[in-house]
Amino acid sequence: MGTYIPSTDQQKQEMLEQAGFSCFDDLYRDVPEELKLKEELNLPDGRSEMEVKRFMKALSNENTVYETVFRGAGAYRHYIPSIVKSVVNKEEFVTAYTPYQAEISQGVLQSIFEYQTMICELTGMEVSNASVYDGAVAAAEAVSMCVTPKKKKVYVSKAVHPDTMKVVKTYSWAYGNEVEELDLKDGLTDDEGMMEGAACVVLQQPNYFGLIEDISSLVEKAHAKGIQVILSMNPVAMCALPTPAEYGADIAVGEGQPLGMPLSYGGPYLGFMATNSKLMRKLPGRIVGETVDHEGRKAYVLTLQAREQHIRREKASSNICSNEALCALTASVYLSAMGPQGMKEVASQCYSKAHYLAAELEKAGVRRIHSGDFFHEFVTECADPEALNEKLAAKGILGGMPVEGGILWCCTEMNTKAEIDALVQEVSR
Amino acid sequence: MKTLFERSVSGRHCTILPVCDVPECTPETRREKPLRLPELSETDISRHYTELAKQTFGVNDGFYPLGSCTMKYNPKVNEDAAAMEGFTEVHPTQKAAQGSLRLLKSAEQYLCEITGMDEMTFQPAAGAHGELTGLMLIKRYHEYNGHTERNKIIVPDSAHGTNPASSSMCGFTVINIPSSQDGCVDLDELRKAVGEDTAGLMLTNPNTLGIFDKNIKEITDIVHAAGGLCYYDGANLNAVMGIVRPGDMGFDCIHLNLHKSFSTPHGGGGPGSGPVGCKAFLSDYLPGERIVETDGKLAWCDRGEKSVGAVRGFHGNFLVVVKAFAYLLTLGRQGIPEVAKNAVLNANYLKHLLEKHYEVAKPGICMHEFVLTLENLKKETGVSAMDVAKALQDYGIHPPTMYFPLNVHEALMVEPTETESKETLDNAAEAFLDIYRTIKENPESLHDTPHKSPISRPDEVNAARHPKLRYHFDD
Repeated sequence: MGTYIPSTDQQKQEMLEQAGFSCFDDLYRDVPEELKLKEELNLPDGRSEMEVKRFMKALSNENTVYETVFRGAGAYRHYIPSIVKSVVNKEEFVTAYTPYQAEISQGVLQSIFEYQTMICELTGMEVSNASVYDGAVAAAEAVSMCVTPKKKKVYVSKAVHPDTMKVVKTYSWAYGNEVEELDLKDGLTDDEGMMEGAACVVLQQPNYFGLIEDISSLVEKAHAKGIQVILSMNPVAMCALPTPAEYGADIAVGEGQPLGMPLSYGGPYLGFMATNSKLMRKLPGRIVGETVDHEGRKAYVLTLQAREQHIRREKASSNICSNEALCALTASVYLSAMGPQGMKEVASQCYSKAHYLAAELEKAGVRRIHSGDFFHEFVTECADPEALNEKLAAKGILGGMPVEGGILWCCTEMNTKAEIDALVQEVSR
Repeated sequence: MKTLFERSVSGRHCTILPVCDVPECTPETRREKPLRLPELSETDISRHYTELAKQTFGVNDGFYPLGSCTMKYNPKVNEDAAAMEGFTEVHPTQKAAQGSLRLLKSAEQYLCEITGMDEMTFQPAAGAHGELTGLMLIKRYHEYNGHTERNKIIVPDSAHGTNPASSSMCGFTVINIPSSQDGCVDLDELRKAVGEDTAGLMLTNPNTLGIFDKNIKEITDIVHAAGGLCYYDGANLNAVMGIVRPGDMGFDCIHLNLHKSFSTPHGGGGPGSGPVGCKAFLSDYLPGERIVETDGKLAWCDRGEKSVGAVRGFHGNFLVVVKAFAYLLTLGRQGIPEVAKNAVLNANYLKHLLEKHYEVAKPGICMHEFVLTLENLKKETGVSAMDVAKALQDYGIHPPTMYFPLNVHEALMVEPTETESKETLDNAAEAFLDIYRTIKENPESLHDTPHKSPISRPDEVNAARHPKLRYHFDD
């Protein structure tokens, strides 16, 4: 059996006796006998490290790792610079707890402060928190910031990611909010359904079908009806398209996975949230602030804690305690390595390659089903997406995501022209 | 220390991407705001974060007896497993993922066996997220049974703050009940609190004072008799896993903190994983999809209309589950109870060493943690729990949890975990003793501890009054 207990049997006995016990069973005197397990747990025998590694390797080999990926749909394969892993694997960052003890946690606190700054720069918003669980939860938490006892109606565009829709609905059901879906026209959100009296609307840019929504116009219409706008936006797209702030959104949220996190079968990912100073005290989760120590030196601390569960208990703005700090660090290192030029280049290559693929497919007779412009994903018609994907899988390609009316393709900077040309050949064959 | 933005030099960059090999084009409407990300070389980035790492205290830096957080050692083989390409390079929607599915299914089986539950979801990404999910099951259950009037959750005053906060987020009214003298549930108070409006009870056992509540079966019986359900907050499972199971104590649903009992690292605040398990009668209400085996092949399968829906995208923090699974494989059936016993031994041993000089909030056997109260010491000497906590930093020890639980004044909550050696505990006791001597000889000197850290105590009031939450550029 494997173990991480350092004390020897002799030491354990000494410790037991010193503390006034004769054996381990004495330690559980308070546990009623009839509740205790009578038999060993029905688990396998413990293993040595080498056996564990072998076992895990075999298990991981049962997953297919595709050479080429043309699928996004909420999880994107981007290039991750080598420096990212190297920094994020530093044991101090990996093994620390939430930085409650500021004096010995300045490193992690500063890294979060820098992360908050970068999220503000990307989104154009004024304040960011230190992260939440993922993009879908970020949208649900943002809804909680907007609803009031008098305004509990929430609109959600049918063009948001299906998981975002589900999570917003689940959180809303639990809290007692009413969710109404906004219909689509040619794949884009139709504002017709929005009526006065609602608390907020959740939109996504680019939307689930990859389309670039006319967010400015949607914001204008929502605001005219007193409805706050939560915009879930792809952080890479923010480097090319107008920022959530430029669109006029009240709260910017999104999935930070494209910023240096591998696909990882769905997690850990990173939910980011940013807003204006007016809504600052409604933000959920940890926030790091700059202050000074007793000698007047610059210092970072967890701040605005009066919002949080450990102080406010049932009156807190959210229950969040653990977040995705290491993923926030990942995003910061990624953004530092890419720099402003690198990020613009990623965005530009995503856009250009997706447009090249769409044009080549069109030439081969495979048409898009929507007319509007898109960022790095788009839907084409496809009679049998499952069959097509099976054919592609045999060539080492993860094909697009099956969606209603066709198949959702994605390109990032990772897809070479040769890969795209090969895909077009396979699809049109 | 300079921020990344202050280190930035216009025009400096890393060379990451090749030139675009397709015709370049741009969207019609574009970002106008300049993208002010730092411009750095790889050397700059590497040194910056190495410097930040030096100013960060992790489990690898020293003893970390942070009560209620179970800061045990994070085994490296777990990290290796989670870094395998066969796990990291897998798209969450791809069908060819038998390895991931088998891992999740096995982890579910093992954890259900350890907790006495029947089914589990890995969608919740943290403990508090698990609490919210568990409460959703309770809400859904009462809704389906036509009992929407059951809208109150009973929470003892010693509970973690997340318990009442999660209840509120789930639309419940919180009924706080006072604990008895020994920190356990006051049965009379509980009997008074339950009724036809009771949705359920949230409890940790052992509780936040580190005491195993002997009356646990009676407690869950009282709640069940009133028509409510019982939720087990798994934050303290490390003390009892392999010894006694929440399912056998009478709990209907639970969450676990894989980043506590199951050794996955805390990452400076996350990612964690807070799987929720439940008895069979609640399993249709679980969020996310269920893994079903047909002809030896595993696949995700919809749970049907009773499910609360989804609490997170995709399948939760998968790589965290990979790490916990590697840990379960290593320990196996013998290792799990071994962990609990040694966690309890270490706590009792350290308590024994400390109680010669410090007052323990609740004498007697403790489980995996114990709480000191410095109330009397503060009255006598003016030295607070905060002072002692900060002084410990100078001994290379991470302070215990301070001022929690709320029902103990000047509390220091100490949880050594099983991965610390006798020598480490002896040294920690020496440090506590040394501080005690200082309290007696020169109490004033403790008010401005720590002395060896990069900063002294920060001005938290200023931080909250004048929030500066991002770097401001000069322009």
